[in-house]
Amino acid sequence: MSTAIAEPRGAAAAAAQNRTRGRSTNVMRGGSPLIYFVALVVVAFSVGPVLYGVVSGFRTNGDLVLNPSGMPNPWVLDNYKGVFSNPDFWRYTFNSVAIAAITTALVVICGVMAAFPLARYQFRGREGIFTIFVAGLLFPATVGVIPLFILIRDMGLSNSWWGIALPQAAYALPLTVVILRPFLQAIPSELEEAAQLDGASRVGFFWRVLLPLSGPGLITVGVLAFVGSWNAYMLPLLLLQSDNKTLPLGVADYSAEHSTDIAGVFAFTSVAMIPALIFFLAMQNRIVSGLQGAVKG
Amino acid sequence: MIDVADEATAPVGATASPATSSLTTVAGRASARPAAAGPGGRRGNGASLRKRLEIAAFVAPALALLGLFVVVPVVRAVQISFYRWKGYGPLQDFIGLDNYRRVLDNPEFVEAFQHNMIIVVASIAIQLPLGLAIALLLNRKMRFQGVLRTVIFVPYVISEVIAGVIWYQMFVPGEGIIDTVLDKIGLSGPEQGFLGTLETSLPALVAVLTWKYLGMAIILFLAGLQGVPEELYEAAQLDGASWWQIQRRVTIPMLGPTLRTWAFLSMIGSLQLFDMVWVLTGGGPANSTSTMATFLITEGTKRSNYGIAAAASVVLFVVALVLALLYQRFIMNRDNTTTVVRRKKVSR
Repeated sequence: MSTAIAEPRGAAAAAAQNRTRGRSTNVMRGGSPLIYFVALVVVAFSVGPVLYGVVSGFRTNGDLVLNPSGMPNPWVLDNYKGVFSNPDFWRYTFNSVAIAAITTALVVICGVMAAFPLARYQFRGREGIFTIFVAGLLFPATVGVIPLFILIRDMGLSNSWWGIALPQAAYALPLTVVILRPFLQAIPSELEEAAQLDGASRVGFFWRVLLPLSGPGLITVGVLAFVGSWNAYMLPLLLLQSDNKTLPLGVADYSAEHSTDIAGVFAFTSVAMIPALIFFLAMQNRIVSGLQGAVKG
Repeated sequence: MIDVADEATAPVGATASPATSSLTTVAGRASARPAAAGPGGRRGNGASLRKRLEIAAFVAPALALLGLFVVVPVVRAVQISFYRWKGYGPLQDFIGLDNYRRVLDNPEFVEAFQHNMIIVVASIAIQLPLGLAIALLLNRKMRFQGVLRTVIFVPYVISEVIAGVIWYQMFVPGEGIIDTVLDKIGLSGPEQGFLGTLETSLPALVAVLTWKYLGMAIILFLAGLQGVPEELYEAAQLDGASWWQIQRRVTIPMLGPTLRTWAFLSMIGSLQLFDMVWVLTGGGPANSTSTMATFLITEGTKRSNYGIAAAASVVLFVVALVLALLYQRFIMNRDNTTTVVRRKKVSR
């Protein structure tokens, strides 16, 4: 998971450099057959394994062994029915949703609060505090994981939602602040002056003007935090047991425990990846443009 | 902890220049500049105190979380690394640098470190040219572009665990899809499967990582390409430059900062690699795919050698820090000059 969190930072950093420049329509126009062929290969490479997993969920185990490279024969729904009637699946899903929701709420609330003075107040030490967050970006989550495990245990939070959500939020905050600050800075100062003329305080401006206008930015960091939490593995692996496990742990367990029921494993895996996939892909444009720091009113 | 964070932020606000609020907004707009200290007049004390409190209140929750769950554990890791400790009771058995010796002398750790380095280099060496080539080819108006970009994103969005489980099943020796397809075209994989054979396990892991992260590289490069000003292409075309010359002389140099930032993040990610390895191979067979992270998790949670695990995590941190600093020093700082030039162009 740590790597998965790390990568979008590139988008933030790269996009921050690009954001001042307008989006250019590309000069290279049209597409030769070669281009479409390359595109097709890339698409096949990207979604091939995923589709294979989903389709294999419709097979019988016998079919999977005899004919793994063809289409399912026959197509069966039993594996997927099995997943949806599995109480463990629902319990894992519930835990994943709860932990991701708590994480996202913490990240968005604390993140936008911290980004606000860093973006719109003028004070000595502002860049210093911002640097703390930037430095937090470069901290490998792996380094502190053993003491973190012990800290959470000693706080009595192991095997609980909060025990996962709090540290996850802490690790997601640096990226959040780094994305949100340029976002808040880009909101025109005329709006702030107008709000002041109307008698709003800085805090009033934050509530009534800034928050409503920064919706796209908040959605971006929220989705990143949600998907990051949804996909997290290492910390839940160390801290959660039995009834409190999240979907990734459930998938790994199911795969290990049902090594003979491979079709069932594929079905379980496929269902588990759907929520994050839909959520992220639906928001993809917004995320990419959010990462580019563009404000689209 | 929250108190500490509060106090840490308050003095910062205390030294703030009590600029009038309208000035604040103007200065806030010119955010690229470092925070102006301002000639510190002390008029408007009440307003200044209020401002300080506002800043502290806004920043405190985030700093408290960061301090408690990011900074404290890292400091604790350093502390624990000097003790022999099984995870319970007070830290008593101080053994100095003994844990570090046990880590650095341990062939398992050295192997894991080497695997990390191989993965760092292989990830960049494979994904950079491949991602760049694909991004350059796809950087044009074409049908289904939105769909294409979405689909390319898919592997990145899926959790490493889920991707790992699918690939694990595909790699199953004999019955998995990979062996079956190889069989059909008259080849055969290793008897124990690609993941179960010493020589092929690490390349197989790198292949899966390429699948997982290439899409993100392409998306980032495409986003970077969007920022290359169109006039440059037009000028180059007027000068009679071929497509390849334009890519070589104009596009790729302009993409430099994006590529360098991506490579940096790829490197940091590779150093921390854990989830995918844990699901695919657990670090095996015979530690042939172990990483520093799998080493320290194994030592900590499976063998309860928390001192050794902590020392390993400190070593991991130092390795990441040294590489990051070297990278910043020798590769990233090229951006300073190029960025200035580009900014000027943009600002017109």
